[in-house]
Amino acid sequence: MEFLTTLVNGLSLGGIYAMIALGYTMVYGIAKMLNFAHGDIIMVGGYMILLFLPINPIVAIIAAMIFCMILGIVVEKLAYKPLRGASPLAVLITAIGVSYLLQSIAQMAFGSAPKFITVAAKLGIDGKMLHIGGLSIGYSTIITLVCSIVVMIALSLFVKYTKTGRAMVAVSEDKGAAQLMGINVNSIIMITFAIGSVLAALASVFFLLKAPTMNPTFGSLPGIKAFTAAVIGGIGSIPGAMLGGILLGIVECFAQAVPAISPYTDAIEFSILIILLLVKPAGLLGKKRREKV
Amino acid sequence: MADMNDNREVVLKTDHLCIQFGGLKAVDDVNLEIKKGELYGLIGPNGAGKTTVFNILTGVYKPTSGRVYLCGEDITGKAPADVNRKGIARTFQNIRLFGKLTVLENVMVGLSNQIPCSVFESVFRLPRHKKSEKECRERAIELLKVFNLDEYKDHLASNLPYGKQRKLEIARAMATNPKLLLLDEPAAGMNPNETQELMDDITFIREKFGITILLIEHDMRLVGGICEKLTVLNFGTELAKGETDVVLNHPDVVKAYIGE
Repeated sequence: MEFLTTLVNGLSLGGIYAMIALGYTMVYGIAKMLNFAHGDIIMVGGYMILLFLPINPIVAIIAAMIFCMILGIVVEKLAYKPLRGASPLAVLITAIGVSYLLQSIAQMAFGSAPKFITVAAKLGIDGKMLHIGGLSIGYSTIITLVCSIVVMIALSLFVKYTKTGRAMVAVSEDKGAAQLMGINVNSIIMITFAIGSVLAALASVFFLLKAPTMNPTFGSLPGIKAFTAAVIGGIGSIPGAMLGGILLGIVECFAQAVPAISPYTDAIEFSILIILLLVKPAGLLGKKRREKV
Repeated sequence: MADMNDNREVVLKTDHLCIQFGGLKAVDDVNLEIKKGELYGLIGPNGAGKTTVFNILTGVYKPTSGRVYLCGEDITGKAPADVNRKGIARTFQNIRLFGKLTVLENVMVGLSNQIPCSVFESVFRLPRHKKSEKECRERAIELLKVFNLDEYKDHLASNLPYGKQRKLEIARAMATNPKLLLLDEPAAGMNPNETQELMDDITFIREKFGITILLIEHDMRLVGGICEKLTVLNFGTELAKGETDVVLNHPDVVKAYIGE
């Protein structure tokens, strides 16, 4: 029973990681850059929920999603777009700069002390458990799990069955050829950032359901873990990010459930990355890159 | 035959086109004039600047000097996506299909700009999304039928045999509804049978769509067989141009290709 509970918790946490990892992997696939400010979008989403929570929790969630979407687009336009064609290192450092900028702004606006953001209580699901047989799982865990599955399916359908989705795959594979087919690469990159940021805002909601605190550096660790998940799955691959996220969530929950190894949870997660990269350098679902001759 | 009273519309005109990379003049004073419905060949030894001309025409490179006109409109220096929307589509010397997409989806990507539907409409699955997806799919299948590729529509593009990939590239380019089609060495890597089939295909689509074609080619049989006019490039400059049979027998051309 305890095994099953841990598994469900792991899947739920994995769903959150997967959603964040999708942001990393899509941006990498399409803009060929690592957006290290992605984790901080989660943090901004959290504070937006704090601002709008007194009105209504649902309104707050939607407001956070819209605000993060706009923030993602603005960051891309101001910070990354001028560097299109610059060396990857310049873009990477800019992304780290954006990350610190967002953290500092949040610190100035909200202070560095943790804020309590009680979304679960406002939604009326705080502490409620669902009992199935001998299994008891929190409402928030189930909501997270269901929502993340729905989001992942919706995103897969979007990529497969819409004009924009096909254009995204085309751009990720061959930007030059896509342009010559009349695809506006800039708008595809913008849409990618918008989608990634909305997913980050959603991830923020689910983190707050798990533990209702937020601070300006909150985004760093989940950001790095989701990035790890994206690399484990094979960066640039959408199913890879989902698989990597879920794997990492399960590993984290099981490691925490065993008292002897629970202090080393993070170390275990990152060790998996290192070992995996030794065995499969392109990640689980990543394609080996063929050299052009 | 050269007809002084040929008053067909000029589809492509380049005016003293030059591009310089550092100290190298890769393209130097190239003046093309291609009329509606013509099948025009751009030939020359390796490194003569043929693909560079294509890259300038499609907006990948900006010319150092000179202008490009498409149907009388100055399109010099426009971004590749805009050039495509204006009406130039191309294929590539080394095939550049979207290998992770199916054959059908490759053509659908080409149709993107032909069928209006915004992201907003797609995300919220508004009525126009469904309608435009259906129309896009139908038009793509129609186009695949023209190229006899419809039976492969659900295969990944990367799994097609080489000759079919070349055809699919042409189909994808035609999906963007171009006024001018640029073919970059369409017969590269093909055996004589495949080349013959390709020649028939090119002639066929030209008749069917009434399209103007500019092609780069090394295969002299193909060039002599289907091109009406030629420009020969050597070291970035025009060596000769005019009617195909005249150009191919031009002493300078023979010298550049075969040596003295």
